[in-house]
Amino acid sequence: MIPAPAFLSNPERFMSFSRWAAPLFGVIAIGLGLAGLWLGFTAPEDYQQGDTVRIMFIHVPAAWLAMFVYACLAVASFLSLVFRHVLADAAAAAAAPLGAGFTFLALVTGSLWGRPMWGAWWVWDARLTSVLILFLIYLAYIALRGAIDDETKAGRASAILALVGAVNLPVIHYSVEWWNSLHQGASVLREGGPAMPPVFLVPLLLMALAYTSAFGSLWLVRIRGEVWRRRAEAAALRAARA
Amino acid sequence: MSRALVLLRREAALAWGRGGGPLIAVGFYAGVATLMPLAIGPEPERLAAIALGAAWVALALASLLCLDRLFERDYEDGALEGLVLSETPLELVCAIKCLGQWLATGAPLAVAAPVAAIALGADPALAPLIFLCALVGGLAFAFTGGIGAALSLGARRGGLLTAVIVLPLFVPPVIFGGGALDAFAGGLPWQSGLALLGAYAAAAVALGPVAMAGACRNALT
Repeated sequence: MIPAPAFLSNPERFMSFSRWAAPLFGVIAIGLGLAGLWLGFTAPEDYQQGDTVRIMFIHVPAAWLAMFVYACLAVASFLSLVFRHVLADAAAAAAAPLGAGFTFLALVTGSLWGRPMWGAWWVWDARLTSVLILFLIYLAYIALRGAIDDETKAGRASAILALVGAVNLPVIHYSVEWWNSLHQGASVLREGGPAMPPVFLVPLLLMALAYTSAFGSLWLVRIRGEVWRRRAEAAALRAARA
Repeated sequence: MSRALVLLRREAALAWGRGGGPLIAVGFYAGVATLMPLAIGPEPERLAAIALGAAWVALALASLLCLDRLFERDYEDGALEGLVLSETPLELVCAIKCLGQWLATGAPLAVAAPVAAIALGADPALAPLIFLCALVGGLAFAFTGGIGAALSLGARRGGLLTAVIVLPLFVPPVIFGGGALDAFAGGLPWQSGLALLGAYAAAAVALGPVAMAGACRNALT
């Protein structure tokens, strides 16, 4: 989903590409999402989890996207930092709230699933904890970008933070796993067990594609909005000077 | 080299003397450590269970408190521009700033940490390891914290922003240090926790200054 930077780094080309690509991805996302939800809700109940297995179709793709969007954010930040490209900076700014949204969705749906299955809204499992910290890093990124008035400075400072976070995320992930294995023997989260049967796997993959496509669409729309906002500000500045 | 030494002396003196320095850090540390039993209850067995963790988290918070003047001071009075223009690489300047911060506040906090932990009910035999963990962890806190302090230069509500940026980065050192102490208290092998803490501190010392220097240059353009 990362658009080929060389081709799209020209803002004009990007705008004419995203003009039709954004709605196209949106339509694909709606189609795949409806199909995935339909298959997900007509799938038989799981012999252990019962009806709550359906939360997985909402939850697992959100967790995947939470990490995928951070990768997009880090790549865009790297490009904006090294090549000082305006569009890359706009892409980073546009990706962060979407990533925070997916992470939040993953946390909330995970909590809703955990209550009937584990008997607790929240457990300090390694995976849950590292997703929570990913959410905090997204919040820090958004807060830093919002707190600096000068837009170029805000962009570069938050790009540095995104890369620092990208270096730290694997360390945080492994440290949390180390912490968890140190404190308790067996994890609460049973690793899926045997391979998932196709009745569950097909809707899950459909939903994952739908989420990715929805992210692509929303990301393009938000980048377009960012470009338009900057153009409007530049025009207002020109008008004020004239 | 002599320039770096002069800079280190300046940074340590500023961190020590201006704005309270170690006194404020240790005072804050003692205050947080005092609030713990007030919130949890005075029963020794209940306190002893959380003593190490509480002392360790309070240490992370106290290191956080000292960060807001690290770059802000020089940014406000223009000394940072001089440092950027000097022949000493800015990365080295940033590393020296964090080192001075560590000497002036990290080391006194490391001395205070065993006292606080034992007052909360930890086994006195743990004191050397607590001191060592606090010393090494303080280095990691200073160098990762410096990134947050440099990034929030020129931002509104910089102090609060620094905390929001830095706390997720404090996760690995808090886990490694707490893990080493916990393992030692439980009679388990604790060396791996200390080694990982040292590794994180070393990585922070090596990579942190690059990010800090980038952030300082950005704030001054």
